[in-house]
Amino acid sequence: MSDYRLEGDNVHLWRGDHHVLRGVGFRVSGGECLQLTGANGAGKTTLLRAACGLAYPEGGQITWCGANIRTDMQSFHAQLAYLGHEPPLKAELTARENLHYWVGVRRHVDGQELDHALERVGGEHWADRPVRTLSAGQKRRAALAGLTLMRVPLWLLDEPTTNLDSEGQQLVGALIDEHLQAGGLALAAVHHELAVSAGDGLRRMELTLE
Amino acid sequence: MAWTWFHRLASPPHIYRVAGRLTPWFAWPAALLIIAGLIGGLVLAPPDYQQGEGYRIVYVHAPSAWMSLMVYVTMAVAAGVGLIWRMKVAHAVAASCAPIGASFTFAALVTGSLYGKPMWGTFWVWDPRLTSELILLFLYLGYMGLRSALDDVQRADRVSAVLAVVGVVDVPIIHFSVIWWNSLHQAPSVMRLGEPTMPPSMYVPLLLMLLGFTLLFGALLLVRVRGEVLSRERSATWIREALQA
Amino acid sequence: MSALTAARLVLARDLKLAFRKPSQLIQPLAFFAIVTTLFPLGVSPDLPRLKPMAAGVVWAAALLSSLLALEMLFRDDAQDGTLEQYALSGRSLTWLLAAKTAAHWLLTGLPLALMAPLAGMALGAPSSAIPGIVASVAVGTVTLSLIGSIGAGLTLGIRRSGALLSLLTLPLEIPVLIFGARATELAIDGAAYGVPLQLLGALAVLGLTLAPLAAAAAVRINLE
Repeated sequence: MSDYRLEGDNVHLWRGDHHVLRGVGFRVSGGECLQLTGANGAGKTTLLRAACGLAYPEGGQITWCGANIRTDMQSFHAQLAYLGHEPPLKAELTARENLHYWVGVRRHVDGQELDHALERVGGEHWADRPVRTLSAGQKRRAALAGLTLMRVPLWLLDEPTTNLDSEGQQLVGALIDEHLQAGGLALAAVHHELAVSAGDGLRRMELTLE
Repeated sequence: MAWTWFHRLASPPHIYRVAGRLTPWFAWPAALLIIAGLIGGLVLAPPDYQQGEGYRIVYVHAPSAWMSLMVYVTMAVAAGVGLIWRMKVAHAVAASCAPIGASFTFAALVTGSLYGKPMWGTFWVWDPRLTSELILLFLYLGYMGLRSALDDVQRADRVSAVLAVVGVVDVPIIHFSVIWWNSLHQAPSVMRLGEPTMPPSMYVPLLLMLLGFTLLFGALLLVRVRGEVLSRERSATWIREALQA
Repeated sequence: MSALTAARLVLARDLKLAFRKPSQLIQPLAFFAIVTTLFPLGVSPDLPRLKPMAAGVVWAAALLSSLLALEMLFRDDAQDGTLEQYALSGRSLTWLLAAKTAAHWLLTGLPLALMAPLAGMALGAPSSAIPGIVASVAVGTVTLSLIGSIGAGLTLGIRRSGALLSLLTLPLEIPVLIFGARATELAIDGAAYGVPLQLLGALAVLGLTLAPLAAAAAVRINLE
């Protein structure tokens, strides 16, 4: 197994006067998917953002492969992909063009890889239409295609199954499965259990509101 | 070992106590110096051979203008410290500086304008110093406006800190360009005292006023910082204990 | 794959996006034309009377148009999450934002520089002044885009930030106005405008080295 490891140690984070994360600790290793559950406002998104370095915790630390993520943020970011609530797509570009620019900033992608990734998510028919003409589910699928093209070990996902039908939810599960089998790891905030079949690799952690 | 005092400085209850104790040490000397300076400048110093009695407003104008700049630099340094080392108290100091600095700037503008009136007949001339002061006032207003536009105090602190640092880099450039602009057009200049060198009876009160204003800034800053610290930490337990003391 | 390649890709994306919505590009230019028109209407139609203030009017209009155009720099990307993806890309955000600002200048500053001589001539400038006007506005708008990027980064989280953005950005841009208007004025009078143009160039170089850093810091703070 790979020795990738993301750990959070006694993480404290305030949003204004609100103590959102109160000494949270977690650990995800290669081949594992940790699902964060909890009510709205419990801090799932906040923890994800702290894990990727966007939010700065007031106490505790986040480490990647044993090293604090703050010591070299750029190379840490080069090893992760973050998918937030909204798919990061420009409305005026096509899905294909979006992926070309989005993934292209990180690594060179050729046309074949793009085609393959779009086919995987069922996008052959709408890949070349402007994103503003796509449905929410199609946009989400396009974002997932981008995720697979990143070729990074760490996936940070905020409610990845939003707007997806049951077939789409199966797709998310399958993509995460493939990712875990290749040695990758995932931290996902979810409302419903993901359709991941990795067995021991699938764990849950509940965050509670104050 | 030396870092412990630095970290204690960062502790809000410590700052609250220390600021409270230091304030009279700034306030009383400030009052004495300002009174001495005013007596020296307004009463004892001889009239200027070119401008007569009217020049006396420089005893308030020059220290105000000097302080307006010094406070901005202090604000930018405090903001920079807060930004780099993530010290809440440094951000509180920066926030406290802004209204004080803006007031000094406003005072400099008003006294400068009053000074110009008997000489030029108008309330405003585009003198390089006055113009620079006006732009500085806009910089202060922009800083305060940015702070108040953000509800999250932490974000307001950090964003306005970037603005303050950018501003302090730009201030010398602005000042140079305004002087350059002014020199091109032979515009009237307000601050010309008649003699090339000032006698001690003239510049001593000026120095007293300058020192007095600096200490006044110190006193006002300490008072404001205490207030800032209180409002930021209002939910903390040490407040109840401190207020009972 | 270097930072430069990534930056070029960001630049290419912004240019492509802009040309998909050309109406957005015309607006700052139309605004520039309207503001320029206000002055003869408010003062006098007499060209000899307008000529002395032509440089100042052109530059005031350029500053205001440049402000208006700042809306399109970061706002869209902040709203759809692509700016966040840039911050998480493992690439230097400073370089990526510098690329976005370069695209912004190509789309707004450069067209303004090409339009400025028309405005100048409408206010009494001779056609011999064209090279000088284009050069001064072209170099000056580089710095305006750079300083503007800082303001835009700072006000990302604020709704209806137009007035605040002006209050923050315009005072910082005053040196550009002073040197730029002087260069334009000298060009209109047929005199040598090298000195103020060099000062403008120096500001642009300073801006290029410092502004993207400040803009990246501001954006990161707003993404927290």
